[in-house]
Amino acid sequence: MHIVVCVKQVPDTKIIKMNPKTNTMDRSSAPAIMNPYDVYAVEEAVRIKEKYGGTISVLSMGPPPAVSTLKKCVEMGADDTYLISDRRFAGADTLATSYALAEALKKISSEKGEIDLVITGKQTIDGDTGQVGPGIARRLDIPPLTFVQKIKEIDLGNRKISVHRKREDGYEVVESELPCLLAVESGINEPRYAPLPNMIKAARHEPVVWSVDDLEDIDITKLGLKGSPTIVGKVWAPPKSEGAEMIEGSTDEVVARIVDLVMERKELFQDKEVQPS
Amino acid sequence: MDEKFDVIVVGAGPAGTACAYELAKAGLKVIMFERGEYPGSKNVMGGVLYRKQMEEIIPEFWKEAPLERPVVEQRFWMMDEESMVTMGYKGLEWAKEPYNNFTVLRAKFDQWFAQKAVEQGALLINETVVEACIVEDNRVVGVRTDRPDGDVYADVVVLADGVNSLLAKQLGFHKEWRPDEVALAVMEVLKLPSEKIEDRFNLEPDQGCTIEMFGDVTKGILGTAFLYTNKESVNIGVGTTLSGLMKAKIRPYDLLEYVKNHPMVKPLLEGNESQEYAAHLIPEGGYNSIPKIVGNGVVVVGDAAHLVNAIHREGSNMAMASGRMAAETIITAREVNDFSENMLDSYRVRLMDSFVGQDLKKYKDTTHTFEHHPQYFKEYIPMLNRAAGQMFTVDGTPKKQKQKEILRSMTENRGKLGVLQDLYRAWKVMK
Repeated sequence: MHIVVCVKQVPDTKIIKMNPKTNTMDRSSAPAIMNPYDVYAVEEAVRIKEKYGGTISVLSMGPPPAVSTLKKCVEMGADDTYLISDRRFAGADTLATSYALAEALKKISSEKGEIDLVITGKQTIDGDTGQVGPGIARRLDIPPLTFVQKIKEIDLGNRKISVHRKREDGYEVVESELPCLLAVESGINEPRYAPLPNMIKAARHEPVVWSVDDLEDIDITKLGLKGSPTIVGKVWAPPKSEGAEMIEGSTDEVVARIVDLVMERKELFQDKEVQPS
Repeated sequence: MDEKFDVIVVGAGPAGTACAYELAKAGLKVIMFERGEYPGSKNVMGGVLYRKQMEEIIPEFWKEAPLERPVVEQRFWMMDEESMVTMGYKGLEWAKEPYNNFTVLRAKFDQWFAQKAVEQGALLINETVVEACIVEDNRVVGVRTDRPDGDVYADVVVLADGVNSLLAKQLGFHKEWRPDEVALAVMEVLKLPSEKIEDRFNLEPDQGCTIEMFGDVTKGILGTAFLYTNKESVNIGVGTTLSGLMKAKIRPYDLLEYVKNHPMVKPLLEGNESQEYAAHLIPEGGYNSIPKIVGNGVVVVGDAAHLVNAIHREGSNMAMASGRMAAETIITAREVNDFSENMLDSYRVRLMDSFVGQDLKKYKDTTHTFEHHPQYFKEYIPMLNRAAGQMFTVDGTPKKQKQKEILRSMTENRGKLGVLQDLYRAWKVMK
């Protein structure tokens, strides 16, 4: 079984600063980390391999420092890693990204062997779109299974997989043929603490790096900024919430003040009519 | 795990990295463990890197290492509450190659240095804690990490695991440090625009300065405060003996706030933005506190070996020198395939014969003397300030009379003999 996981190195958006003038992320203000949702995707691949056997490849697109994210994947148990890195990929939206990744997946498939399963995280924390996984599936003409919270079973003989897809009111059980693409939820597993032999393997690991020229038959007009029809209308940082009021005094005074405040703004605490979804 | 290495280095600070670099360069199979996310992420020092010992490992490192500013001026401030007596040296020969020393930010520098060791062939494993040495037949043969399947074996284990060195302690090489053997340093990195730094400290863009502060800034506790200029930030901190802090019942961060708000310091920091806060123990027990540093299949380097010269605020350079000497010894030991304590002891001998051992021996009684006789910091520095203040105040009093009064006030408390005794004692431990 050949599993390929697609991962991305992202700035840590928990601590990133926004440039107040241009309203863009100041990427130098935050360390680059592996997209947290992708960690679950890699871990799930390792669990599938442990149960059903096979090999795990990891693919990423990004600048050369993304190598460190690929090495992290080897620490977790990946076998081979591939980075497509070229200035001509830069500035890609989800359409151009999924195109480039799909082309690289075709090359991995022809060089290392037919791909049975592609796994991605549910979304990345820098763009939060969740579009790249389904985009890859569409281009490879395989079924996309999103919101996957559990892999129920893989039937290698009949080349079938059944998974639990998360819904607001529970989950649905979906069966698909292989190959297919899974976008997995963060609760699907608990990523492991990497064993030492994997750490040593990762320290020695060198990812395969491909430029645009290494991908045969690629349409350069579909890459990077040129291949990206998305227009960002406006980006702004969420407004800072109003300062809290500190209530001080004796217990009785504080309680009296709280009661006053609640009574003043009681509309906040009334039931609102909820539209059925 | 079956794989065996020639050497395991525990800790990727200056000592461990220097050692791993030299070993890998000589073709040995080296694995280095770092508990932090990356080398430097957990390492703390005031911020002065000495050129000489670094250059002995990587010649002309200043051409590529991430350094902040070459230090062209060293100032010393003897401070009272609202005054200070200063001295210092500024020399522009320090602004040119090969320089004298540099300010650095450890998170950047250590990462770079460790990468150089990796380029030589050392294997660096981050985010991994070494929990114990594996001992067989009274010989260290490997280490146990906190990772699954985490044992790894080698001919020699180098303990560069820092001031607390739990591993050396487990081996019985040393006990818990006494509060008077360690200093507690707290520091902050404060962001300031480079032009402000250059204006306030009278520097050109590629020059830096260091200020060491004594007296009132530590509220008379044995220790120093410091202020070092980086490119776009300053490091400010204060380090005092742990015993002194305990006795004075002062919390270290309160002391740092006191330093930052001292009237002599405050204007220099105006408009800063706090970037980082760190605290660390410094092994300052000196020569008498050096523990056992060699055993069968094991050597101890850097802070773990208690190699810090508190008087000249040198530590990282001694760490690097010790790492390099340990590597040289291991390389020789490997030629004869003998990793016994007897063989590895030549590291200790080499270390003690070098500037490291000699300097530590020279000052072996200094800190203890100053700790037991607090008058040096508590009385003489304020006295010096009063004397200078009186002498330079023009108030119509004849100078001769001023001198008399100064001399009288200086001997008032301790008597002429007492002052002479104090002077002699200080000279004896510093000579």
